Amino acid sequence: MTRQMTGAKMVVQALKDQGVDTVFGYPGGAVLPIYDEIFQQNGIRHILVRHEQGAVHMAEGYARATGKVGVCLVTSGPGATNAVTGLTDALMDSIPIVVLTGQVPTFMIGSDAFQEADTVGITRSCTKHNWLVKDTEDLPHVMHEAFHVAASGRPGPVLVDIPKDVQFATGTYAAPKEVKLAHYAPKVKGDMEAITELVEAIEQAKRPVFYTGGGVINSGTGASQLLRELVDATGFPITSTLMGLGAYPASGDKWLGMLGMHGLYEANMAMHDCDLLINIGARFDDRITGRIDAFSPKSKKAHIDIDPSSINKVIRVDIPIVGDVGHVLEDMLKVWKARGRKTNKEALAKWWAQIEKWRAVDCLKFKQDGPTIKPQYALQRLEALTKGHDRYITTEVGQHQMWAAQFLGFEDPNRWMTSGGLGTMGYGLPASIGVQVAHPDALVINVAGEASWLMNMQEMGTAIQFRAPVKQFILNNERLGMVRQWQELLHGERYSHSWSEALPDFVKLAEAFGCKGIKCDDPADLDDAIMEMINYDGPVIFDCLVEKHENCFPMIPSGKAHNEMLLGEADTQGVIDAKGSVLV
Amino acid sequence: MSPLHIKKGSNSHSAYNLRPTFSDVQEKHTLAVLVDNEAGVLARVIGLFSARGYNIESLTVAEVDHVGGLSRITVVTTGTPQVIEQIKAQLGRIVPVHDVHDLTVEGPSVERELALLKVAGEGEKRVEALRLADIFRANVVDSTLHSFVFEITGTPEKIDAFADLMRPLGLLEVARTGVAALSRGTA
Ligand SMILES: Cc1ncc(C[n+]2csc(CCOP(=O)(O)OP(=O)(O)O)c2C)c(N)n1
Ligand SMILES: [Mg+2]
Repeated sequence: MTRQMTGAKMVVQALKDQGVDTVFGYPGGAVLPIYDEIFQQNGIRHILVRHEQGAVHMAEGYARATGKVGVCLVTSGPGATNAVTGLTDALMDSIPIVVLTGQVPTFMIGSDAFQEADTVGITRSCTKHNWLVKDTEDLPHVMHEAFHVAASGRPGPVLVDIPKDVQFATGTYAAPKEVKLAHYAPKVKGDMEAITELVEAIEQAKRPVFYTGGGVINSGTGASQLLRELVDATGFPITSTLMGLGAYPASGDKWLGMLGMHGLYEANMAMHDCDLLINIGARFDDRITGRIDAFSPKSKKAHIDIDPSSINKVIRVDIPIVGDVGHVLEDMLKVWKARGRKTNKEALAKWWAQIEKWRAVDCLKFKQDGPTIKPQYALQRLEALTKGHDRYITTEVGQHQMWAAQFLGFEDPNRWMTSGGLGTMGYGLPASIGVQVAHPDALVINVAGEASWLMNMQEMGTAIQFRAPVKQFILNNERLGMVRQWQELLHGERYSHSWSEALPDFVKLAEAFGCKGIKCDDPADLDDAIMEMINYDGPVIFDCLVEKHENCFPMIPSGKAHNEMLLGEADTQGVIDAKGSVLV
Repeated sequence: MSPLHIKKGSNSHSAYNLRPTFSDVQEKHTLAVLVDNEAGVLARVIGLFSARGYNIESLTVAEVDHVGGLSRITVVTTGTPQVIEQIKAQLGRIVPVHDVHDLTVEGPSVERELALLKVAGEGEKRVEALRLADIFRANVVDSTLHSFVFEITGTPEKIDAFADLMRPLGLLEVARTGVAALSRGTA
């Protein structure tokens, strides 16, 4: 099937042929032909955002909650530059999205035309790949290739820049099957020799730990299933990065909780003392490793990753396996079973006894006393009251994000969306809308800090217009809490610009937007207020006034090792030295 | 409350002591990168080097397969073994990159560079420049009564040596192409 049509029509046709049902976008001069085509069809739903950054985060939320590619459509110049933060966020967290940008007509490129920006130049370093399409005949091929590149290998954001004359001109459309994709085809099968070496290590390990990351989620639900099988069959403890939560269920008895800077004591201690560390789809990020030269000093290290550049980038590993997590886990299980399902049971029992001792420290304990709501308590109640629901959680960035990771339990993959690598305040609200659009009947909650939430609050308009009943659960400490925590620890308690002044009245704000506002400042009222939020059929802004000076623990301070965690206020005196304080 | 005995204010190690287990010997490697000859591909490669703080000692690029639309980029870079491995892996990640070859480790290879050198001088110096050019098998591609332009090909070291000799004899300008390299034999 080949057909003559305009470039604008090709864009819409290619989206349909790629199975796209939703586009998040914002119009402008350079994309009007495409908007005209969108107007004249029904297959694709367009969600009109309030700011292009919101569009990209929505597409990210959509992509993470469905495993599909998220799509955005924005105009040239300011439309494209507003998308840059979202693109960078998606690149850091390996989220597959396709961003389509309008561009000034080809004959005006380079003339500083109205709303011209060097979009492919600006976004070259924040996309996995990008294209400027100068000829309508190239458009079908580039569109299909864009989806292929975004979704395959290590996923990521791509951008297609389409000049307005290319949208108007007519060319020959080609369906996905008719175009020959470029050579890009990352390796998915792991090397069997290395896999066998890892299985041997598993058979002998005395103190093993699985350290899993977002790669397991990106590899698809099948990979999570295989991971569960492997963990339960071997009886090895498992921890995960912020990005990997939900791949293994939080209720599983092998679950140690999240690791890293604000990870659990038992998870970090296990990482430090293990003799076999099996990294599955994580990347030894600095939030995880702490001080590199003291990172897991006694262990043999294996690393499974689809991206060869992740291996030996930060930590030297003994058994590198390049491949897709799902494929490698499948082969690993096969080999391990064929060799008789061996583990060192005696040693494992001792290892678990040690882990139980660490667990007994109860590193997340806090006391809810007095008249003020502790943020931890708010999340504990949110967890208890939403547990049975078909629930998706997004977050903003700050202390509330870390508490959410600590206190909420995820039983399945794709239910937790947070900005990990870039730490983008303003991510959570739009992301929650993207998730809700994908799952209209689910309970979608954005656990937010008041400061982060303000960064993209205009998107409440989007939520209301498109009837996305997202719940904005704002842990309002009237502080840039995480910044304040660092100032307390590192800068002599000089709280430079780390408070939120002139905050809006969130209940009135909700009313102004046309949704429901709830305010709660009393622990005794909290359950009822949360239930009211859950039961309300529509978007809610929940202003939860919490303890202003609560710090987030455990914490591995910058420049410290895993076994130098701070567990509470009592540990914090003078703990970060001058060298640690230059780190972020 | 802490069951840990955390040393307060301990500062025995710098957090910047990032790669204690990696060798810190600097090595020079010549990489051959085969890429689709498309707009922006050179910017992607150069952008990678600048964004991640890698060195470029020399870089050449030209289309080598017109039908297949492929260009060959030859990069000479320096770094620790771990950095060199990273550079190769990062290059391999770029979508229009087909192949990355490390000519320095993948068996014997030949490297050549071309340079043009303008030397101005009178009398004895002029004669000496010509005599040395002959020894180095450099060609005279332009001459006036007061100057020569020499063309020389060879390894970068040979060109360095020739330029050093020309300096006291009136070297005015040098233009170098950067290194082109191929593996030896049929590999
Ligand atoms: C766009 C952006 N700007 C600045 C920061 C630095 N930053 C990290 S956390 C934080 C404070 C967040 O405050 P809030 O959203 O209220 O969360 P809290 O820590 O109080 O829970 C800041 C400013 C960031 N991560 N992102
Ligand atoms: Mg706050």
